[in-house]
Amino acid sequence: MKITVKVNGVAYTHEVEPRISLTHYLREILDLTGTHIGCDTSGCGACTVTMDGKAVKSCTILAVQADGSDITTIEGMANGNEMHPIQAAFKEHHGLQCGFCTPGMVMTAADILKNNPNPTEEEVRHGLEGNFCRCTGYHNIVKSIRHAAEQINS
Amino acid sequence: MIPSKFNYIKASSVSEAVNLLDEHGFDAKILSGGHSLIPAMKLRLNRPEVVIDIGGIPGLDVITEEGDAVVIGANCTHQQILNSQVIYKNVNILKQTAATIGDVQVRNKGTIGGSLAHADPSADYPATVLACDATIIVAGKNGSRNIAATDFFQGIFTTALEDDEIITAVRFPKIAHGNYHKFYQSASRFAVVGVAVVFDGSGVKVGITGVADTPYRATKVEEAYNGDSSAAEHAVDGVEVMSDHFADVEYRSHLAKVFVKKGLEA
Ligand SMILES: Cc1cc2nc3c(=O)[nH]c(=O)nc-3n(C[C@H](O)[C@H](O)[C@H](O)COP(=O)(O)OP(=O)(O)OC[C@H]3O[C@@H](n4cnc5c(N)ncnc54)[C@H](O)[C@@H]3O)c2cc1C
Ligand code: FES
Ligand code: FES
Repeated sequence: MKITVKVNGVAYTHEVEPRISLTHYLREILDLTGTHIGCDTSGCGACTVTMDGKAVKSCTILAVQADGSDITTIEGMANGNEMHPIQAAFKEHHGLQCGFCTPGMVMTAADILKNNPNPTEEEVRHGLEGNFCRCTGYHNIVKSIRHAAEQINS
Repeated sequence: MIPSKFNYIKASSVSEAVNLLDEHGFDAKILSGGHSLIPAMKLRLNRPEVVIDIGGIPGLDVITEEGDAVVIGANCTHQQILNSQVIYKNVNILKQTAATIGDVQVRNKGTIGGSLAHADPSADYPATVLACDATIIVAGKNGSRNIAATDFFQGIFTTALEDDEIITAVRFPKIAHGNYHKFYQSASRFAVVGVAVVFDGSGVKVGITGVADTPYRATKVEEAYNGDSSAAEHAVDGVEVMSDHFADVEYRSHLAKVFVKKGLEA
């Protein structure tokens, strides 16, 4: 089936098999490997991207369902060489160790801050319920997101 | 993980979806948010030959106030329900329920119609639609009909929907006083036990999910209720309580009583 999807501001048209996931489309067809696959069955959040501005788990969306939508992946967050404030905050506050969960964390954080520009620690933790990290213990991720909020608001 | 091959059809109207369902029968599956169906297809627990996507059907994603009721389109996402002012003001218990579902990504895609049709015994909405005496509005090849919540759930993953029927909306009466409490499965956030309580004059209506293979109205609690929480003792009277790796029969029965008590005291 033919789909047209806008990814990080660029419109792409491809013929795809209905059974491939949006993650698969991003990684294998568009070569955007920043979106990671952890569980591949909607549990871990590593594959999170935003679709029409909302955080979603791309492993649990068929590429054909994304037809006509506007997707942002981790590759679309920086402005040229300048990191997005959420990325910069993760770097500064050690919000990552191995980095596997980080793209998903950053994309979920974008959704959290869009709906709640000044979240409490508890609200950030609640917002991250669908994202697993096996390294950091979450503490510095939460710290990073709260610092990013301050940067964005200042 | 990749599902087995299927033919994908995007339906543009309810009648088209119903006709396709009628035509392809058992080989077809409706796709809404996909957050129950797609994982099951990837694990090949489900191998439909035809997938009918109702996700883009106009009008199925609106929430409207109609007199003393609120009508919620089947494709409304959990997040949409959580953010709706109409629901906040008129059926707050449903907002409370939606807030407990999964995580933000799941709530951004999963729908109320999909959740009810799927009828997972640990899903949250069933408790609330039962306690609210909501009505499930469905469309089939012979037109549309209303199904009372109390007639809708018939067993594990089993509902009163006929093979050619889809849910188009859910009608909730306005509810002034009610609450939803649950004991979470720690990873998925599904309900080990979920209890919806609606106060109705001097009486109470109690819906329970997660406890039996079919969500139920705790009629023994409702009959025993006389203003305090002692009726919670009857939460599992006459019920065959489920046992799994989250909770055995004894623990689950205990949780049901504790959460009914909590709801009655809230
Ligand atoms: C990680 C994770 C955590 C979750 N946690 C919770 C939780 O805490 N509580 C909870 O209640 N749920 C939870 N869910 C389930 C979630 O709410 C699903 O979104 C919901 O159960 C199904 O809705 P859907 O729109 O995604 O349906 P789909 O997956 O598209 O469909 C599910 C089933 O319903 C059928 N169907 C869909 N729409 C209709 C319709 N309108 N008419 C007739 N049949 C239809 C489909 O054919 C399919 O059989 C979780 C899911 C995930 C992935
Ligand atoms: S890879 Fe999508 S949620 Fe884990
Ligand atoms: S930094 Fe390693 S999984 Fe999160």
